[in-house]
Amino acid sequence: MNTFNAAEFNASLVYAWPEIFLGLAACVILMLDLALKDTQKSWTGILAIASLIVTALLASSHPVSTRILALGGLFELDRMAQILKVVTLLTVAVVFVYSNEYLRRRGILKGEYFVLGLFAALGIMVLISAANLITLYLGLELMSLCLYAMVAFDRESGTAAESAIKFFVLGSLASGTLLYGMSIVYGVTGSLQLSEIAIALHGGLAANVGVLFGLAFIIVGVGFKFGAVPFHMWIPDVYEGSPTCVTLFIGSAPKIAAFALAMRLLPEAMAFSQPDWSQMLVVLAVLSIGVGNVVAIAQTNLKRMLAYSTISHVGYILLGILAGTGQGYAAAMFYTITYVIVATGSFGMILLMSRQGFEADKIDDYKGLAIRSPWFAGMMAILMFSLAGLPPFIGFWAKFGVVQAVLGIGYTWLAVTAVLFSVVGAFFYLRIVKVMLFDDPLDHSVIGGSALMRTLLSANALLAFGLGVLPGGLLALCQQALM
Amino acid sequence: MISLSAVLTLSGILFAIAVAGVFLNRKNIIVLLMCIELMLLAVNFNFVAFSRFLGDINGQIFVFFILTVAAAEAAIGLAILVVLFRERRSINVEDLDTLQG
Repeated sequence: MNTFNAAEFNASLVYAWPEIFLGLAACVILMLDLALKDTQKSWTGILAIASLIVTALLASSHPVSTRILALGGLFELDRMAQILKVVTLLTVAVVFVYSNEYLRRRGILKGEYFVLGLFAALGIMVLISAANLITLYLGLELMSLCLYAMVAFDRESGTAAESAIKFFVLGSLASGTLLYGMSIVYGVTGSLQLSEIAIALHGGLAANVGVLFGLAFIIVGVGFKFGAVPFHMWIPDVYEGSPTCVTLFIGSAPKIAAFALAMRLLPEAMAFSQPDWSQMLVVLAVLSIGVGNVVAIAQTNLKRMLAYSTISHVGYILLGILAGTGQGYAAAMFYTITYVIVATGSFGMILLMSRQGFEADKIDDYKGLAIRSPWFAGMMAILMFSLAGLPPFIGFWAKFGVVQAVLGIGYTWLAVTAVLFSVVGAFFYLRIVKVMLFDDPLDHSVIGGSALMRTLLSANALLAFGLGVLPGGLLALCQQALM
Repeated sequence: MISLSAVLTLSGILFAIAVAGVFLNRKNIIVLLMCIELMLLAVNFNFVAFSRFLGDINGQIFVFFILTVAAAEAAIGLAILVVLFRERRSINVEDLDTLQG
């Protein structure tokens, strides 16, 4: 590592301003929350959303054209980091808006949810900008520890506690495995700096048995964090067992973190081991796409079905990464961002439909939604079509991109498998649409939700449609960032 | 002086015991938490050994961070355990079967 220069360090603090601001804001909000009465807790949410928006503005304020190393080489800022950070912050803000009313109805509208969410967002940002294994690990753990606590924070719910302990044990196991892999890679290459690891591997260490050994552990860790088969056991239980607003949180922004983790560790630090990690990712991707799509068919619980759907989508994201080309990385980034948009909308629909003492998490609860509320049935249909990958919805372009990337490196069989399983997957998404349109409603209660939430949810679903009609802008952003 | 391979073998064994403990243990969640700690300590062992043999201090700095995070992790793990015990009156791994994954 370079020698430390205090003046340079201070000058480069400016690049970390969004993170510093968010960290301070989270601490201030934590303190203010103590002074608020139980009836005033919505203020915590409003402040949290405001600080996220300010952070997003800070993060997007100055354009980044090249890769900037800051803070003594611990922190890096590039185009990809900037885009992913802004998407993360806006997603978390939208998640907070959706969660507010659900939390109040369940009587768990506490400051903890928002403060933990802010710290998790901070962890994701640090992870996205990590240029050193230490920063990478700290960002990852800051996010994970907040998520464990969020799952368990409804203390009256027995299933939440059970899914929290499962999440905690498997998540810690994943971190431990990842760390073990990092330690081996450190031992062989002699550096914790991602760029120096890359240089050491370029210098002929890529074929070293030690590197392969470390790489295998790193892939297991990344697979766990992504939720790829065979490391997916925690996803269905955690999605089903947590309060729906926490499922919404876990199902959205942390996917960006997992993508950034994979991008920093694999293409950036271990680019010269690419043939090795590509082979390992092929196995994870095929299994995820297969198991995710097939098992989802058997589910009657919507949250569980969306959990298996997540697993299959993770497989498609891995397809883009394993291609090992700029086109593939850009396609994977596009896939991740669009999946996060659609997943936020889908879990938002579950939050909208649930009422006092009633979780709308069974597929049967959506029977006859077209009669109860034609507008939101339409929105739900857009989201499901998008998840299924039907044109002209956004999911189609995402799948198209990764399949094209895989064809580009000559893995025709892989592309064919991916497309065939996405046809299988279309079945259970379309079943929801069928249930909404053609079945008789089981109850006729009015759909709740504040005006803000209804507007935002509609905008979210329409975005999935609008981006599908005009995907060029976002596609170009991803390509500029990674090609 | 002890050779690097001896230290790495020891840390590998510790890591293997920890992973086996997580998957084989069917009795008590506290044992699971201990296995997770053991796993992180095996990693620390690795980092310290490499740091010593490479003559590079960064590995030892990483160990401090891992120790700190491990403490936070244990705190959260035990907090979740307390919530679980209040709900179930049991910390038996086999009782965690309401959600079938």
